[in-house]
Amino acid sequence: MSQTPLAIARGVLAREIGAGARLIRWLEEGDPRGREALAAVYPHTGRAHLIGITGPPGAGKSTLTNALISEQRKRGRRVGVIAVDPSSPFSGGAVLGDRVRMQQHALDEGVFIRSMGTRGQLGGLSRATFDAILVQDAMGYDVVIVETVGVGQDELDIVSLAHSTVIVSVPGLGDEVQAIKAGLLEVGDLFVVNKADRDGSEQILRQLELMLHLREQTRPNQDWTPPLLRTVALKNEGVEALVDALDAHHALLQRTGAFTVRVQERSRHMFLGLLREQSAARIMAEAMADPATAVVILAVDAGTLDPYSAATQLLWRLSLKVG
Amino acid sequence: MTQFSNRRLRVLLAKLGMDTHTIGVTVIAHALRDAGFEVIFTGLKQTPEMVANTAVQEDVDVIGVSSLSAAHLKHLPKLAEFLRAKGAGDKLLIAGGVVPFEDIPLLEQAGVRKIFTMGTETRVIVEYLKTWWEAKLAAEARDA
Repeated sequence: MSQTPLAIARGVLAREIGAGARLIRWLEEGDPRGREALAAVYPHTGRAHLIGITGPPGAGKSTLTNALISEQRKRGRRVGVIAVDPSSPFSGGAVLGDRVRMQQHALDEGVFIRSMGTRGQLGGLSRATFDAILVQDAMGYDVVIVETVGVGQDELDIVSLAHSTVIVSVPGLGDEVQAIKAGLLEVGDLFVVNKADRDGSEQILRQLELMLHLREQTRPNQDWTPPLLRTVALKNEGVEALVDALDAHHALLQRTGAFTVRVQERSRHMFLGLLREQSAARIMAEAMADPATAVVILAVDAGTLDPYSAATQLLWRLSLKVG
Repeated sequence: MTQFSNRRLRVLLAKLGMDTHTIGVTVIAHALRDAGFEVIFTGLKQTPEMVANTAVQEDVDVIGVSSLSAAHLKHLPKLAEFLRAKGAGDKLLIAGGVVPFEDIPLLEQAGVRKIFTMGTETRVIVEYLKTWWEAKLAAEARDA
């Protein structure tokens, strides 16, 4: 496989999984070749139906994703998956096991699954994940599913910028209200109680119903009422109904123009994130090159200057130099 | 060293065929994670082609096969062949587990680059991979 950005971009557009996987790797690692190749394939993005799947550990997200892939394939669609798992904050390493539940699709040319560690990287998880989504989108996957544990701002960004966000819950986690973390109730487009054949599923369904009812009252005149569905992903129960609901949501977004709006929001979000990151890097480099910084750091260490005043003063000095 | 710093060694750990012994592969997975590597696990009962496809989709640097059911001569050469056929012949294929010494040359000939036999300490595997990874990064920096 040739490794020039142009060759990789061509491979991505020719739907070669090897080329797509390499481009995702470049982007994840901050390799400058990645930016060049992404620019070349970017005009071919914006078509895939992006589905976010989130919920607490053990909710069965990977198993549900696996069942969703099967159902989407039955409907003739090509499916990309980005499965995100946490990296160790200590070593930076990770054991990514989501795809264990999805290996039945390993020989299907119409399915491309990529695992991703959160890595705690500069610019956050969201950028690397959005990059990977763009690559699969450019490869012409009709559906791109992003699976994450729904904690942290970055992950909330991802799910909230998906076209359709599925919040997965399960019975038996204890406090059912806690099972849906703050923020998730607001961003969910579809709610699923998985493992619905287990004890306690009636309770969590009732709780969710109540919470969704309250949500509806705070936002009247919505054109979409989030459905509350029950699945047993391992037995493939309720999965057809879930994909029906996803299709209905997709159709609504297309009809109202909201589909394009979410794509625009995502692009803008990425742009602003990059701008923030690159400008911060530039200012930091400048600050570190300025001899005054060492003096200010000493003053902060000694406690003679508070951190707020220190930052303000240094930035003021740098802006004078630029001006 | 290359300019960008977010590089991380990616390793695919795989179990082929009907071999369902998972303790060894789990221990290795944790040791590699603690060394800062990104480990992707295929789960059990994989065919060589499934593992090769997964290696391509995940764009890993290393494929490590855990074999404890004496089927290494059956599966590993096939996996090496699939990897080459799918343009992933440059990835490092290694194996570990119950492998008789007399089988090692056969596996090496088939394209398995290193075999860790029973009793190997995890830090030996970590050191081997670290050395290999550093050499790879250095070679890339030279080419760039």
